[in-house]
Amino acid sequence: MEYILQPWPWYISGPLIAIVMFLLLYFGKTFGMSSNLRTLCAIGGAGKRVEFFNYEWKNHRWNLVVVLGAIFGGFIAHYFLSNPININLSEQTIKDLNALGFNNVGKSLLPAELFSWNAVLSLKGILILVIGGFLVGFGTRYAGGCTSGHAITGLSSLQLPSLVAVIGFFLGGLIMIHLIYPILF
Amino acid sequence: MGKFLKFFAVGLFFGIVLVKSEAVSWFRIFEMFKFQSFHMYGIIGTAVGTGIILLLISKKIKLKNTTGSFLRVPIKERGFRRYIIGGTIFGLGWALCGACPGPMYILIGTGAFSILIVIAAALLGTFVYGLLNDKLPH
Repeated sequence: MEYILQPWPWYISGPLIAIVMFLLLYFGKTFGMSSNLRTLCAIGGAGKRVEFFNYEWKNHRWNLVVVLGAIFGGFIAHYFLSNPININLSEQTIKDLNALGFNNVGKSLLPAELFSWNAVLSLKGILILVIGGFLVGFGTRYAGGCTSGHAITGLSSLQLPSLVAVIGFFLGGLIMIHLIYPILF
Repeated sequence: MGKFLKFFAVGLFFGIVLVKSEAVSWFRIFEMFKFQSFHMYGIIGTAVGTGIILLLISKKIKLKNTTGSFLRVPIKERGFRRYIIGGTIFGLGWALCGACPGPMYILIGTGAFSILIVIAAALLGTFVYGLLNDKLPH
């Protein structure tokens, strides 16, 4: 049990994620988490106004069930299968984040400086979450997939477009962390 | 309802793995883009490596899925611009809020309800892409 309660090493976690992808393919579906954002837009009635959302979303209900399971899995893992969170980050990361004004680095899954209600209710805080979320939603549909669809499924099936997309993911991420973060914090 | 049970189970497993691997943590994403730890690269690398092997074996033994046809991975359309531009926009957002779509949902389960704002914004982003998609270079 102690092994389960501790954080799982990368060499266990990575193959388990591949099994998730494989199971969905085995069930005749595919591993793509961002598609659910499109499905939710379609369910909300976006298809009446925008052609892109006018499709048989009912065929994608299975994927929303995966999401439901994932939320529940997050709940179980966090509340029943984890020791108190103490992420074993590198010394340099902790130092860099302290310098940017982040405290209690790695003592929770998300930094209070961005995700606590206090932070969210400040103008800067809400803008960061809204702009970040917007870019994820816009970019993932533009690129036709996210980490699950491109980085895991696309690369596992050796598809060149997915490699280009993943290079884009890192290009964007590196620009944000190395060039934009120092201005923001 | 029974036909959905297996999808719920896969999702449950996925959620547990992503929390236990710490891949849902904003801190781990920051650390990854700083190249200060091998952790996230190890996860993605071994996931892709295992995925390649599983798909090669399935092809070799002509494995059929539960609907009776061969295992089929959706083929991405050819193209370059949509992948590099869209990918970069995604990466900017991923690094800014530290969550890609899978972890966004999973974090709700961990009680981090402010992530709902990120999800709402992601829905808006998806909607705006849908509005503009025939005007964008692909």
